[in-house]
Amino acid sequence: MPKYELVLLKNMMQPGYTGSLKDYEQAGGYQALRNTLGKIAPTDVTGTVMKSGLRGRGGAGFPTGVKWGFLPKDYHGPRYLCCNADESEPGTFKDRQLMERDPHQLLEGIVLACYAIGAASAYIYIRGEMVLGSKILEQAIGEARAAGYIGTDILGTGVTVDVWVHRGAGAYICGEETALLESLEGKRGLPRVKPPFPATHGLYNKPTVVNNVETLANLPHILNRGPEWFAGIGSPPKSTGTRVFCVSGHVKRPGNYELPMGVTVRELVYEHAGGMRSDKPLKAFIPGGASAPFLTPDHLDVKLDFESVAAAGSMLGSGGVTVMEEGTSMVWAALRLMEFFYHESCGKCSPCREGSSWLVQTMRRIIAKRGQMQDLETLTDLCKNIAGRTVCAFGDAEVSPIMSTLKHWRHEYITLIHEAEAANLIRPESTGARH
Amino acid sequence: MGMCSVNARSLEHPGRHLGEETQGEKVLKEKYGKEIEEILSRYPVKRSALIPLLYLAQREQGYITEASMTEIAGLLRLTPSQVYETATFYTMLNLKKVGKFHIQVCKSLMCALVGSDTVIGWMKTTLGIAPGETTADGLFTLTAVECLAACGTAPMMQINDDYYERLTEEKVDRILADLKTTGTSALKSGPYLWPEPIRNS
Repeated sequence: MPKYELVLLKNMMQPGYTGSLKDYEQAGGYQALRNTLGKIAPTDVTGTVMKSGLRGRGGAGFPTGVKWGFLPKDYHGPRYLCCNADESEPGTFKDRQLMERDPHQLLEGIVLACYAIGAASAYIYIRGEMVLGSKILEQAIGEARAAGYIGTDILGTGVTVDVWVHRGAGAYICGEETALLESLEGKRGLPRVKPPFPATHGLYNKPTVVNNVETLANLPHILNRGPEWFAGIGSPPKSTGTRVFCVSGHVKRPGNYELPMGVTVRELVYEHAGGMRSDKPLKAFIPGGASAPFLTPDHLDVKLDFESVAAAGSMLGSGGVTVMEEGTSMVWAALRLMEFFYHESCGKCSPCREGSSWLVQTMRRIIAKRGQMQDLETLTDLCKNIAGRTVCAFGDAEVSPIMSTLKHWRHEYITLIHEAEAANLIRPESTGARH
Repeated sequence: MGMCSVNARSLEHPGRHLGEETQGEKVLKEKYGKEIEEILSRYPVKRSALIPLLYLAQREQGYITEASMTEIAGLLRLTPSQVYETATFYTMLNLKKVGKFHIQVCKSLMCALVGSDTVIGWMKTTLGIAPGETTADGLFTLTAVECLAACGTAPMMQINDDYYERLTEEKVDRILADLKTTGTSALKSGPYLWPEPIRNS
C-alpha cells in the first residue's frame, strides 16, 4: 500500500495506461470539464481555485486563483492563457512526465483555466528540446478536438477554446513569464519590466495568464473533488495539495515522487528515493531547483512546503531536490551551477550579464588554486550587486549557489585559497600573478 | 550581415555565426506553402510564427542559412535583422552546419554529480573530437550543453530529436554504433516515467 494517495501521477502509474483519450476517459477524465463548462460560472471556478489554496508549481508559488483574479473584468477583447512548459530549472523534470504520460490531464486543466479567465486561445510553450513531448501533446490535442473537448462550441456549451503547442528553442530565461511571452511573440527572450503585469498587458499586450504545467494539471482534480479536499492535503493553509518532487543526485532511486506538501526532506530522500547511493552520508541538498540556496544535513527535517523551506533560508521553487554526498566539493558544485547561469543570462541587465561572467572567472580561479583571500570579498560584493538589481528574478537565482555555499562551507573556499598561497610560496615567480 | 552577438550564450555554442550560402528566395514557400500557412493560422500576429519557421528552415537544410532568414523575413514582413536578432538568441537554432547527428551531452550539476564529465570523455575518445567540433566525415557534432530536464535519469544526452538517458559506457558505444549503421537507435527514450512503478506481486 502506498503511503499517500497519488493525484497527478495516479493514472500513469496504472499498468497499461498509455495516456490516450480512451484511457483518460476510462479513468474518469474530462468529467470536471463536463460538469463545469456552462454549469458553473467562470468567477465561481476562480473562487473554487482560490479556496483550494492552489499555488503556482513553477517556482514562485503565487496563488493561482489570485493571479486569475487580476485580469480586468471590464475588458472585452481577447485574453490568453499560456501554459509554461519550458521546464528548464536544473533539477526539475516533472512537467515532462506529466505531459508525456498523461497529456489529457493537462489539456483538461488548460480548458478549465481558459473557461475561468475567459480566454479562447491557449498556447503551450514547451521547451524546444522536448520534441517527443510536443508530438504527444499535438496528438492529444487532435484527439480532444475530434471528441469535442477542444475547439469551437465545446460539448455544445458555446464555449470556445483552441490550444496550440509552441516550441521554445533553447533558452532557460524563457521560463520567466514575460520572457516566455516575448519569445512567443517571435522575439529574443528578454524579460519585460514590470509593471505592467501580464494580467493586463501580456501576450500581444492583451490580458494574459501564464501557469505552469503541474499547476494546470491540478485543476480537474480540484473541480472534481472540491476545494476542501485539496486544501486538506499538505500543510494548510498556505501550502496545499501535493507536489511532484524531482529527486536527483547521489540517491539510490532518483526520479519523480508525488507527495503531500510538507513531508520532510528526510522522508523524501531516505524513504522514497531509497536513501544515499553509497555509505557516504548526505552532505548538502538543494530543495527547489538550481535557483534555490543549498541547505545542509541540519535541514533534513525541514518540511517541504513554501513557508518552511523559506524559513530555512532557501525556497521550495520548482520542487527539484538535488542531493549531494560527503566528498562532493561545494565550491565545484557552486561553480557548476554558476556556469549554467553564466551561459543562460539573457544579457539584458548589466549586473547579471557582466556579473555572471565575473563570478564564473573568480570561481574558476579559486578552483584552479590561483585564488586569493580577497576573492571571497569580490564574490560577496558581486553577488550583492546582482541580487535585486535586475529586471527579473534571475539575478537573485544566480547568486544563490555561491552565497549559500559561502555561508555553509566557507572553509572549503578558504582551504583552496590556502593551497594556492602555499603553492605560491614555493613558486615565488608566480606570487602576485593574477589570471 | 556583419552583426555579432557577444554574450556567453553566443560564444559557447557552435553554429552561432552566419554561413555564406545564398539560395533562391522562395525555397521554403514553394516546398512548404501549406505547412507555412497552417503555422501562420495559429497566431493573430505574424511574428509569432518566426521560431516555428526557423525550425522549418533548419529541418530543410540542417541549419539556418542567411537566404532562408531573408525569405522568412519577407513572409512575416520583418526586416532580415529582426529575424537575425531572434535567431541568434536561441541555442537550438544552428546558424552553421552541424553534423548529421548532433550529440548534446548535459554537463550541468545534476548530471555532473553522476558522471557526465566521464561521458564527455568517452565521446572525445570514441569520436576523436572535442566539444564544439564535428567529425571529419560530417557524421557527428559534439556539444556540451546545460540542463535538458532529465536529471532523474542522469547522465544523459540528446541526439537530434531524441533523449538517451542513464548512460553507461557500453550504452554510449551501442548508440553511436547504431546511429552509424542504421541512422537510429532503439536505446532512445520513450515517454518519460521514472522511477518505474513498483509492482506488488
